[in-house]
Amino acid sequence: MTATEMKERLVGRALKRREDPKLITGHGNYLDDIKLPGMLHIALVRSPYAHAKIVSIDASKALAMPGVVAVFTGKDMLDINPMPAAWQAAGVKNYPVPPRALAVDKVALVGDPVAMVVAENRYIARDAADLVEVEYEPLPAVVDARKAVEPGAPQIHEAAPNNIVFEWECGNKDAADAAIASAEVVVKEEIINQRLIPTPMETRGSIARYDPLTGEWTVWMTSQAPHVHRLLLTAFVFGVPETKLRCIAPNVGGGFGQKIFCYNDMAFTMWAARKLGRPVKFVEDRSENYKYSTHGRDHITEAELAGTRDGKITGLRVKTWANIGAYFSTVAAGIPTTLYGRIITGVYKIPAAYVHVTGAYTNTAMVDAYRGAGRPEASYLIERMVDRFAAEIGMDPAEVRRKNFIQPEDFPYDNGLGLLPYDSGNYEPALNKALEIAGYAEFRKQQEELRKQGRYLGIGISSYVEICGIAPSAWMGGQGWGAGLWESANVRVHLTGKVVVTTGSLPHGQGLETTFAQIVADELGVPYEDVEIQWGDTQGTPFGYGTYGSRSLAVGGVAIKRSVDKIKEKARKLAAHLLEANEADIVFENGRAYVKGSPDKGKTIGELAAAAAVAYNLPPGMEPFLDETSYYDPPNCTFPFGTHVSIVEVDPETGHVKLLRYIAVDDCGNQINPLIVEGQIHGGIAQGLAQALYEGAVYNEDGQLLTGTLMDYAVPTAAMVPHIETDHTVTPSPVNPLGVKGAGEAGTIASAQCVMNAIIDALAPFGVKHLQMPATPERIWKAIHGK
Amino acid sequence: MTTITVTVNGIRYTSEVEPRLLLVHYLREHLNLTGTHIGCDTSQCGACVVHINGVSVKSCTTLAVQCDGAEITTIEGLSSDGQLHPLQEGFWEKHGLQCGFCTPGMIMAAADLLKRNPNPTEEEIRHGLEGNLCRCTGYENIVRAVRYAAEKMAAAQAAD
Ligand code: FES
Ligand code: FES
Repeated sequence: MTATEMKERLVGRALKRREDPKLITGHGNYLDDIKLPGMLHIALVRSPYAHAKIVSIDASKALAMPGVVAVFTGKDMLDINPMPAAWQAAGVKNYPVPPRALAVDKVALVGDPVAMVVAENRYIARDAADLVEVEYEPLPAVVDARKAVEPGAPQIHEAAPNNIVFEWECGNKDAADAAIASAEVVVKEEIINQRLIPTPMETRGSIARYDPLTGEWTVWMTSQAPHVHRLLLTAFVFGVPETKLRCIAPNVGGGFGQKIFCYNDMAFTMWAARKLGRPVKFVEDRSENYKYSTHGRDHITEAELAGTRDGKITGLRVKTWANIGAYFSTVAAGIPTTLYGRIITGVYKIPAAYVHVTGAYTNTAMVDAYRGAGRPEASYLIERMVDRFAAEIGMDPAEVRRKNFIQPEDFPYDNGLGLLPYDSGNYEPALNKALEIAGYAEFRKQQEELRKQGRYLGIGISSYVEICGIAPSAWMGGQGWGAGLWESANVRVHLTGKVVVTTGSLPHGQGLETTFAQIVADELGVPYEDVEIQWGDTQGTPFGYGTYGSRSLAVGGVAIKRSVDKIKEKARKLAAHLLEANEADIVFENGRAYVKGSPDKGKTIGELAAAAAVAYNLPPGMEPFLDETSYYDPPNCTFPFGTHVSIVEVDPETGHVKLLRYIAVDDCGNQINPLIVEGQIHGGIAQGLAQALYEGAVYNEDGQLLTGTLMDYAVPTAAMVPHIETDHTVTPSPVNPLGVKGAGEAGTIASAQCVMNAIIDALAPFGVKHLQMPATPERIWKAIHGK
Repeated sequence: MTTITVTVNGIRYTSEVEPRLLLVHYLREHLNLTGTHIGCDTSQCGACVVHINGVSVKSCTTLAVQCDGAEITTIEGLSSDGQLHPLQEGFWEKHGLQCGFCTPGMIMAAADLLKRNPNPTEEEIRHGLEGNLCRCTGYENIVRAVRYAAEKMAAAQAAD
């Protein structure tokens, strides 16, 4: 290859994933696949009550069972601290009560672990757990966030009076009050964003091994953020240096947020491994995952939107009760505050907005980030209210959106809610494209016709913006986040020219190995096959905050690019020396450094790597080896956007909804691998439309989870999800040199309201103005019949 | 303890097992075939699907002792002579997997579906895979993967 021949660029190409061969042949390595010599198994004794005092625990029968090694209770583990509360609501007093490794003295939810049995195998452990006798004194329970903070509600934690976790606000209350008081039109609605269970297909767990000679642990964990867990478990829970713990996330079978958090099992497996001197394994079964691992959403909101008769939105006032569950999960308070309130006005210029959020403890599973985390709740709220407003003034909902969109010339746009400015956007083309694919004008005529025949079709629009690439650290510090949010990467070009990249990001389905390798191969001009991406083990990867918030490309990927830039810089210096040329005259292109004007006089990156590695002839002062690390803290978040449109038909006899079409036009900035981007969008949409149509975690008043297994909680099957039509626009992000924004959560953020708006549009002839999710046939039938 | 003899992926095993031992645990813990996964405790998710005597079965709801004398194929035994099965190829080509946790069960269920219906429509694929849950893909690319395999298998048959 001569220097002028361009190597074919990989960025932008839909390469199939390099991760897949092992996963499609059954050779993945997930947590439960790991077996260590002498490993013991843990089964938990969990509370059947939502709220109770623990009177006594008698483990004698369990201990007498052959194969049982030990039984421990919460009191045995008082030498370690509770789990950390890492993100508290900003600028206000928080009352964090995180869980302990095992409950002590009292339980606060069904499934709260009170004792653990350690045994030679999982069958024995489970049998013995049934023999542990626990006496409880039941207490009254509360499951609803709004009721929990009312006077006279059962009190869950002494340290949190009135069950309040925080009271937080953003925006301008006086302005919003005034806008609403003086408005031509005000629409008001109670909007419930029901509780969801993330349901990664792999449940959670951990395996701990302890070496008494060095005092070091190794913990394998189902984790989206092993570096963070290492820090939290050592510095906060055990009070030991972080160098004493190595965390490894093997293949992780989906996370969707649920595997971001620092869970009690990480602590009790570590504690037991140290105590017993043998490795221990804990893996939840699905019903344990449903009872105890984190849930998402669960907001009750009173919303008022003000506007003019000709469709201008003038104000928004929002009061939300956010259910936090029985304890404070790791980043629980950041989700319904910063990631919700600060983006409540969505894609619209709303001059006066105000949000008040009350976080409440209840006797339910902890609530924390679930795909989208705060942004789906915000987007659902504003997109429902805008439709509600359009219906009220009799204007086409697409028109109302156009009229209020933030315009391209407004960027960077400050929404006045304490967020960093939206980086870039061009909302109308995405809306127009989606409407065109849907055949919007045609559809409206057809809808009219069909209504006369007693058929009820509806079309729903959802224009969204979200926050990705969540950083910069200096801003997040002010948001109550207890750490930084930069990412780091190391890139090494070995003597043979092979490139090894280590990253602190933690892919669990996102295809980051493929995406990152595409970037590195292009930037460095080496064959794609020569680039290896390593991740998942805190020993051997630089620190990273993990993969969530659609930040691994926009932050983690850029850290890799910057390391590559440094490698190139050093390679150029070395080339100048070897070619006896002026450094300023060296061009690095297509994996080759050459003298400007004489492309034949050059050295490939492989030759330079070898020269740097053997170090026979380096310029004075240059260290051997091409090996560079970057710590990247972006100047802003990124703000992907788009419009989704869906078409439904509702059967008025049965209340059944048929989702006829689903169209997604997304703008996530530049796309590195469109195949992977599309896959992320598909999966996100399935989760959001499932919220609209099927899913909802239901507790009865006593705090029993009625949707406690996959039998009752309606994760959709293939037949319950429609064909999804995708398209995109491209508005590069000015925030980072790759121009990328993020795509992991967009589908979920856009889709619930897209489907709900379509259903409510279909039901307009029946006078239905709003409907809570999920829109089950029963709910729809009742709405049609005014019940 | 009961003695069973089973053939798994072409290899014969004789084992002493507890009568209550689930087939999925037998495969994973006794034979170290960890490609077959466990995603639920109510027989809903299909992560555990294997073939028993050529028919897809949820191995979390089957006792090892019921399989005495049976021929079992797991995901590890699906490809032959280092050649990926057309379904494995289809899932790779069409991005039919993300985290990969549901994939072994999904592929085994789809293999059974294609045996019964070699040329399924999109709708038949969606209904045929109703016993398998995937939380990552939204199923769009799983449908494409199965169609890819159906076409590839039909082409191979036509060439024979
Ligand atoms: S493990 Fe879920 S169906 Fe078998
Ligand atoms: S690929 Fe993750 S559950 Fe299907």
